Amino acid sequence: MTTPASAAEKATPTNGKRRRGSDRSRSEARLGWYLAGPAFVIMLLVTLYPILQALWDSLFSLRLTALDETEFIWFRNYQVVLGDPAFWQSLWVTVLITVITVAVELVLGFILAMVMHRAATQLRGIVRTAILVPYGIVTVVSAFAWFYAFDINSGGYINNWFSWLPGITEDLNWFAAQGTSMFVIIASEIWKTTPFISLLLLSGLAQVPGELEEAARVDGATGAQVLRRVILPNMKAAIMVAVLFRALEAFRIFDNVYIMTNGANNTEVLSLLAYNTSIGRLEIGLGSAISVLLFLCVLIIAFIAIKGFKVDLAGTRGDT
Amino acid sequence: MGGMSTKQRIGWVVITVVVLLWSLFPVVSILMTSFKTQAGLFSGKFLPPEWTWENYATILAPGGSAQDLFLPSLRNSIGISLISTVVAVVLATFCAYAIARLDFRGKKLILTTALAVSVFPVVSIVTPLFNLWRSIGLYDTWPGLIIPYLSLTLPISIWTLAAFFRQIPWELEQAAQVDGATPFQAFRKAVVPLAAPGVFTTAIIAFFIAWNDFVYGISLTSTSAARPVPAALSFFTGASQFEEPTGAISAAAIVVTVPIVIVVLIFQRRIVSGLTQGAVKG
Repeated sequence: MTTPASAAEKATPTNGKRRRGSDRSRSEARLGWYLAGPAFVIMLLVTLYPILQALWDSLFSLRLTALDETEFIWFRNYQVVLGDPAFWQSLWVTVLITVITVAVELVLGFILAMVMHRAATQLRGIVRTAILVPYGIVTVVSAFAWFYAFDINSGGYINNWFSWLPGITEDLNWFAAQGTSMFVIIASEIWKTTPFISLLLLSGLAQVPGELEEAARVDGATGAQVLRRVILPNMKAAIMVAVLFRALEAFRIFDNVYIMTNGANNTEVLSLLAYNTSIGRLEIGLGSAISVLLFLCVLIIAFIAIKGFKVDLAGTRGDT
Repeated sequence: MGGMSTKQRIGWVVITVVVLLWSLFPVVSILMTSFKTQAGLFSGKFLPPEWTWENYATILAPGGSAQDLFLPSLRNSIGISLISTVVAVVLATFCAYAIARLDFRGKKLILTTALAVSVFPVVSIVTPLFNLWRSIGLYDTWPGLIIPYLSLTLPISIWTLAAFFRQIPWELEQAAQVDGATPFQAFRKAVVPLAAPGVFTTAIIAFFIAWNDFVYGISLTSTSAARPVPAALSFFTGASQFEEPTGAISAAAIVVTVPIVIVVLIFQRRIVSGLTQGAVKG
């Protein structure tokens, strides 16, 4: 913690004095890196180093239970993982969760953003405070809350409340089948993260020029037409950023699945598969291969979004 | 909104109530569970048939069966999250100041790196760290969690603070420099007081993120020496093998949630501006 302060102080004597133009800009650049460098280096150390180590470990038959049998085996771990139906199953579950949560959250988040945008001041304050509650709550806590409400073995009351709906009976065990487990997992994920997406969309809404909306209404456009022709096109950048961020986050889903099913009934997601392989079964080599593949998936999603849909993250998130 | 008809007004109130119910329902639900007796847990009812503090006694009172599990984890969570927040915010303050204020090459690189780190899959980091920490003795220690937590708290702090710092009236700093202050003195005397609210908001957001962690917590700890609350919750067991830990987990969940809700209530305006400014330049 003392590093940046002392670095800055060390830099001060040379930077404080008045200098000629080029010297000054050079010393400014030096001060810039003194100040920004420590944070930059630490970010690299805590992410770049582990992923490189994972890449390296994934080439060995590394198992903590049999360390002396460790051998360099090239890409055989990847062969094993890619040939394992469990991997494809968890990839499919992860993609499914990502697509459904992001789609639903986009709609819900947009409605919430519209509510906050249009509501009278007092109501806006209440809504904004209310939606920050899910944001602030620990994901594990939210997972338990949803789990206990649904699970009949923990006294869940949802069946009693909704027994009038077709398909819901008093003894329906939500966590005994894939479809119903996924429903609760996805619902809790949506509950927890919609606030974030709605706040991003709200600040996007604020950037839609009010005159345009006004003019469209004067010309007799209906609410739906204004939404489709004026509001949405002007918010495209904000929507794309929100979708990309949420998609990348949803793709790493772990907490709720671990708490609710721990992967039972084909609900295992990629993160959980990697965790169970490397930390559960101590198969570091195989687990590293899954970690690397997970990382590649995230890279691919980001690449498609940035190149394919031209999402300018840096541009939208602040100019440089 | 003065020209609103009664019908519109009722509509808005209904919408607000729906949003309130949706946002608060799971919290109220687990609050109710935390007041249920062992028998009440299986009533299948939302409200406790019989109210009890028993579950809170289990996790908080001396001799409570889950007390040795919960209290150390609460201490770990608070300590580890606070330290990693402070470290991240201090480093990010210098970094964001440089990005917002100074002209140097590599700004875009730093911001892009922060962005990439913030979407990095935590599980991909945890496997190699698990192995490394075990061999260098950081496994199951506070620093063993504080270091990886920086990958969560640093990027968001840099983005949020850079956005805040861009809005500060920097003429004051120039004035201080004209008066003979060095850039660092100008930074400390003229800018820090103005930047403090942004730094504070960033600290709240970073703390939330550290406090929320589960993957690192469950992977890099094995005892109550460093295990944070979210990980500890998944280790709760009933007082006897015939008892479910449901009540104790619910009570612990409420204990760690209430302070967060209070912070949200007090600072909601700032948190919203921090979240949105850090994300989309407004």
